[in-house]
Amino acid sequence: MDNGRIEQIIDKHEGAASSLIQILLEIQSENHWLPKEALTRVSERLGVPLTRVLHIATFYKAFSLVPKGRHAVHICTGTACHVRGAQRILDAVQDTAGIKPGETDLDMRFSLETVNCLGCCALGPVMEINGKTYGKISPAETAAVLQKYE
Amino acid sequence: MSKVLLKIDGRAVEAKEGMTILEAAQSAGITIPTLCHHEKLDPYGACRICTVEVEINGRTRYAVSCVYPVEKNLLVRTRSAKVDRIRKMILQLLLCHAPDSEQLLDLAKEYGADRDRFEQETSFCIHCGLCVRYCAEVKQKNAVGFINRGTKREISFVPELAVLECWRCKECFPLCPTSALQAAYVFIESLKQGDDSPALLSYNK
Repeated sequence: MDNGRIEQIIDKHEGAASSLIQILLEIQSENHWLPKEALTRVSERLGVPLTRVLHIATFYKAFSLVPKGRHAVHICTGTACHVRGAQRILDAVQDTAGIKPGETDLDMRFSLETVNCLGCCALGPVMEINGKTYGKISPAETAAVLQKYE
Repeated sequence: MSKVLLKIDGRAVEAKEGMTILEAAQSAGITIPTLCHHEKLDPYGACRICTVEVEINGRTRYAVSCVYPVEKNLLVRTRSAKVDRIRKMILQLLLCHAPDSEQLLDLAKEYGADRDRFEQETSFCIHCGLCVRYCAEVKQKNAVGFINRGTKREISFVPELAVLECWRCKECFPLCPTSALQAAYVFIESLKQGDDSPALLSYNK
């Protein structure tokens, strides 16, 4: 993400300190993570101390301070999905992608994350990629789904 | 500013409106134990050790005196069986983090807290926020702050800022009720000086 785009996002919010979280969210959604340079720039422009920005950026799980892959893979391990075999889905995805939950592969293709409930328990077991939900999925089908994402 | 009359430990105390119970008690010479309180800083209410019994219209409840504003006809009891029990529990929980803090051990003796009551998880920080708030409010440097949340919450220096400001300030060191900051600093200094420095030798023992 280039600096110009960060400036643009800050300008859109008129550099108001109260828009800190909104600005961080926008950078996060475009860049998939918050690089140090972005945090320093936001802190300078908004006049919010860097410690405060870091406090907020590490507080919310929506923000990541480490690089994330292009596609966010979420596998639900909530109660309903768990009893319908979420662990086997997770194992299959781990095998295909070669990463454990919380990790990102070297090509920056996938970031794998387990979540506790996606709110559609009737579809369990559920896998979600970039917000698109794949319900009632079987371990064998996961590889084909992952292949659709480059 | 209008005056507010209240009773603390049976003594009539006159306080200004907007004062906290803790300030009113201190002005009357009544001591309430505190860990996260500092007169130069805004009230924070982190350690809860200053919990007192408050009675309004015959109803009793437990309030944190450093953030509770005085009210008319308030009855405050700074020591009671339940207050002591609350403080004892808080101390036992804090002692898991900093079992050798002198300030905590002194209080533990007074309230009969057992430092081995819970499994120890020595992080040395009790999250009182004194260093963080002092740096932000008094020095306005913001070189130290909190990161993460919940059980993973900890204090963290911003290296770029700390290298410019901290070495000649160090004013947050004496504030720390567990001396965690100072211990970390002494340890790192001793690493720089090599193996024979006294601090490192005592650490290795």
